[in-house]
Amino acid sequence: MTTTTDPHPTRRLILQGAASVALLGLGNLPFAPALAAANDKYPDEAFKLKNEADAIKALYGRTAEPSDKVKLDAPEIAENGGVVPISVTTTLDKVTSISFFVAENPNALAASYRIPDGTIPGVANRLKMAKTSNVTAIVEADGKLYSATKEVKVTVGGCGG
Amino acid sequence: MASSIRVRATSNGDITEVQTLIQHPMDTGLVKDAKGELIPAHYIQELKFECNGKDVFVANWGTAVSKDPYVKFSFKGAKKGDDLKISWTDNKGGSDTTTAKIA
Repeated sequence: MTTTTDPHPTRRLILQGAASVALLGLGNLPFAPALAAANDKYPDEAFKLKNEADAIKALYGRTAEPSDKVKLDAPEIAENGGVVPISVTTTLDKVTSISFFVAENPNALAASYRIPDGTIPGVANRLKMAKTSNVTAIVEADGKLYSATKEVKVTVGGCGG
Repeated sequence: MASSIRVRATSNGDITEVQTLIQHPMDTGLVKDAKGELIPAHYIQELKFECNGKDVFVANWGTAVSKDPYVKFSFKGAKKGDDLKISWTDNKGGSDTTTAKIA
C-alpha cells in the first residue's frame, strides 16, 4: 500500500513547488521596470509616454513641487525649434538627477541626467521643440523633486511638422 | 573614421568643466524623407562620462535632444592631465568611445 501511494504526494509536492516558483516569477516582472526607473538603467517606458505628468510619474514615481532654487534658463522665443538651448542650475544640496520635459512634444520626457556625488548640479543642452510649449526642469535632491517651468515660444517646429 | 565625439575638458582649480559635441542624426522617427517615407528613429540613448574609474555624469536621452547633441556640465575631484572617458550607445546598438585629457 504505502509503496504505491508514496510517489503521488511527492509528485504533487514537486508540481506545487514548480507552480509557486512560476507565480513568483510572474509576480516579480511588473516591479522590475519601476525599480529600473530609479536611475541606473535607461528609462525606456518614461521616454515613450506622451503626457508630461505620466512621464514624471514613470520616471520618479511621485510629483514635483515648484522651487525658486531651481533656475531654468531658456529663450523667450526660439526661432528654430530644432535647436533650443536650455540649461538648468540649482542651489539645492544632494542632487542626484536632473530631467527636462517639453509638455507639447510628442513624448514629453526629453532628457534625464544622473548627477553622481561630486558633480556640480547643472546641465546645459539643446532640445527639440515641436511647438510653443512649457519646458520643465526637475531636480531630484535628497529624495525630493523640485521643478521650474518656463514657456518657450517656437516659430518653426523642430519635430518635422 | 574620426571620432563622433568632440570634447573639451578644462580644469579650473578643483572644478573641471566639460563641453561635449557629438555627431549623430538623432532621428525622431516622425520625420519623412524626400520620398515621403518615415525615417526610422535613430538616437543616442545613453551617454556616459567616467573619470578615475568613477561615473561623473550619465545622460539618458530621448528623441527630443537636438541633432548633433551638445551638453555641458562640471564636476569636482579631477586635476589637469587626468583622463576623461566618454562613451555613448544609440537605439540601434551603435556606439562610440573616446578619451580626453583634462587641460
